[in-house]
Amino acid sequence: MKAIEYEKLGETLWHGVLENGLNIYVLPKKGFNKKYAFFAANYGGCDRRFQVNGQWTDTPAGIAHYLEHKMFDMPYGSAMNRLTENGASPNAFTSNGITGYLFSCTDGFETNLHTLLEYVSTPYFTDESVAKEQGIIGQEIRMGEDNPSRAVLNNLLKALYSEHPVREQIAGTLESIAQINAETLYTCHKRFYNPANMVLCCSGDIDPMTVEQLAAETVTMPKGELYVRDYGEQEGPLPARVRISREMPVGLPVFMLGSKIEYGNGGREWIKDLLTAQMACDLLMGSSSPLYADMYAKGLINSSFYAGVMDFPLGAAAMAGGLCAAPAEVMARISTEAEQFGIGDKERTRFRRLKKAMLGNFLEELDSPEEMCHIHAERHFDGCLPLEQMDIIDSIEIEDAAAFIARQFSAERLALSVISAPGGEK
Amino acid sequence: MGGIERQTVLPGVKLSCVYTDKFKNGFFSAYLMRALDADDAPKNAMLADVLRRGCMRLPDMESIEAQLDELYGASVSPVMRQLGEATAMGFSSSFADDRYIGGQERILESVLSLTGQLLLDPVTRGGMLSTDYVLSERDNLCDRIRSIINDKRRYAVMRLRELMCADERYGVNPLGTVEKAEKITHLSLTKHYRRVLEHSPLELFYCGGAAPERVERAVLDAFAALPRGEQDSCETEVRIDCGPTRYVTEKMDVTQANLAIGFRMGKIMYNPSYAVLTVFSAVLGGSPVSKLFMNVREKMSLCYSVGSSVDRQKGILTVSAGISPSKYDAALGEIMAQIDSCRRGDITAEELEAAKKYVASALRECSDEAATLDGYWLSRRMDGMDCSPEELAALVETVTAEQVTEAAESIKPDMVYFLSGEEADR
Repeated sequence: MKAIEYEKLGETLWHGVLENGLNIYVLPKKGFNKKYAFFAANYGGCDRRFQVNGQWTDTPAGIAHYLEHKMFDMPYGSAMNRLTENGASPNAFTSNGITGYLFSCTDGFETNLHTLLEYVSTPYFTDESVAKEQGIIGQEIRMGEDNPSRAVLNNLLKALYSEHPVREQIAGTLESIAQINAETLYTCHKRFYNPANMVLCCSGDIDPMTVEQLAAETVTMPKGELYVRDYGEQEGPLPARVRISREMPVGLPVFMLGSKIEYGNGGREWIKDLLTAQMACDLLMGSSSPLYADMYAKGLINSSFYAGVMDFPLGAAAMAGGLCAAPAEVMARISTEAEQFGIGDKERTRFRRLKKAMLGNFLEELDSPEEMCHIHAERHFDGCLPLEQMDIIDSIEIEDAAAFIARQFSAERLALSVISAPGGEK
Repeated sequence: MGGIERQTVLPGVKLSCVYTDKFKNGFFSAYLMRALDADDAPKNAMLADVLRRGCMRLPDMESIEAQLDELYGASVSPVMRQLGEATAMGFSSSFADDRYIGGQERILESVLSLTGQLLLDPVTRGGMLSTDYVLSERDNLCDRIRSIINDKRRYAVMRLRELMCADERYGVNPLGTVEKAEKITHLSLTKHYRRVLEHSPLELFYCGGAAPERVERAVLDAFAALPRGEQDSCETEVRIDCGPTRYVTEKMDVTQANLAIGFRMGKIMYNPSYAVLTVFSAVLGGSPVSKLFMNVREKMSLCYSVGSSVDRQKGILTVSAGISPSKYDAALGEIMAQIDSCRRGDITAEELEAAKKYVASALRECSDEAATLDGYWLSRRMDGMDCSPEELAALVETVTAEQVTEAAESIKPDMVYFLSGEEADR
């Protein structure tokens, strides 16, 4: 393990790579009771079509998430129980790009880490146990269907993209998961749970060398191949559909608008693109912008309003949303403001202040072992260390942000997704 | 860590300080404590939002947000917490520690001063709160109340509470009703504001790397103008007994049904032990090895999410689950069967150990998050228990199976609430 010092931040990050290709990051946190471990595969809801020996393989929507549920099954019983019985709080999640297995604990860290590394490395499925999970995941999907915040996001992504798999729900549908059996799960584990396609991140009052040694002993899967994945044809900048609506029992309509951010070169440049996008959103319509203040004062938006960036494999979206009676009007205000946006002294002052705010917000994330592990895992797969983020932010110019605003929030680039009560919007 | 310094800094104003240098951010909160009350609830729910709109020095949102960006993205947010039949309302803030931004600035003093000004020196005209701000936040509050139905689980638990405790303060929705909220004017809110400021206990909390003396000085400067009169009480009435179980079903257009069951904790509340109540809830439905999770979810595949939580101040246990509408009988039957097994003392050593470790570990981890510690110490203030998370964790470790059985024997199901889209087969 090698130490990387970040003097200004008062942090030391440890990094190492095992012979089998597993990358390990440890961010020690002196004085913390909580110890946190995050073991992730670069395999998420979007990874459904991949190439093996020149042959394309298609898998059902929801398979990465289904695999996550079933990974806890071990020949000895349930890894979830073993961890809980040893005082850990275990969990797992599947996003568009990754699947992550995690626990936090105060005592017994090494035993828990061993359990985590072992169960994620050990596929153990039977058709019976896989079938039993249909009912549980089925209810998870139904719960999502009744959730307007989730529905509004899914619909926006459907409006923006015509092919990218981010259009489909991460958990899949009742129909798609019905096609999953033990064999499909074994295949996907073999393809993607390969140490070279995974990362282990730990934080807390822990010793980096112990983590590395335990990982070397426990993660004995061989280094595997990295497969080419297909996320559909590169799509143009315009949305597939301009507007998408659905009725659900909600109080005020829930809306989300957004535009596609084109994937450039990856690595540090991609992270700079994403940070520029976030700063541009803050500059145009963040809580300290004149536009926000004006829309709030007019009752067009309320404190539920947010603007930001969401990224996924080979893409990202700039978006804004919240609860609001007149979403189309909000969208019109945003695109008009974007078209008129110019750089004057006021904007420069605000941009300088936003950089200070971003430094403060980043310091806040540093106090959370969970956040630090998640962001290190995600950024590792993107090819850029997150603690370098402050330097990247420093290098962003207001002209970059202004160009982003003009490009991304022009009327023709935006799509609008609305969930409203039966009877329609007011 | 775990040590807290608590002192009365002004009449009815208590300051609690946790000093630690492990964080890169400071945290500060100021809560006015009120009794839950049907007429006051909407006023309490919107007051901090109105105050946050502007103070005499920074009279609008844009100038406040600009100042916060300048303070390295510090936040000062309206916050409301429920503790039994008490409402804590005010502001909480998080801000960078001076040491990590060059050490030249005094962020703590600036943030506390701003909090004091928002609370004590709002924008007024002729001594009255701004009509614009009051009307706009009143509309926002009505929208928030109407939007409670967006989250079906939360809505089901809220309806259970309203119906089960219809003649108790506990049955009052903390946001109030739209009918009562719509009647609020800038006159009635100003009157309420004056009363609340003078007659509510004020709880202040700080966690971070500043010495308690420095925090005390900043607090005295910021809150010197606070008017102080006789303090209103905000105690919680515990109802020990209840009649036969009541059953209520309500309809909504949902795909997943939600079941929520409310229990009175019974005679154990004459001398309640925090440790026992929490461990009992964890054994029943608080962890991934709890009886409800293992049986209702894992064994019978009836749901994705199921769990229990206990309000220790009020003495009410709530069990909730998201299920398929046709599985009402099966789920209710199994939940009751699991409670019966606790009553019979059918608790294995493993179940008890796992629950204790789970609760103790969560308590110890709470020292690693300032906002969680804030909630922890506020609760201890209300139940008059002066022990740190670490001390409470040690108490949890002494809980016996007999004590858990005793808690299970003591509880009585008061109401079964079912929110469903279809006629449940009953």
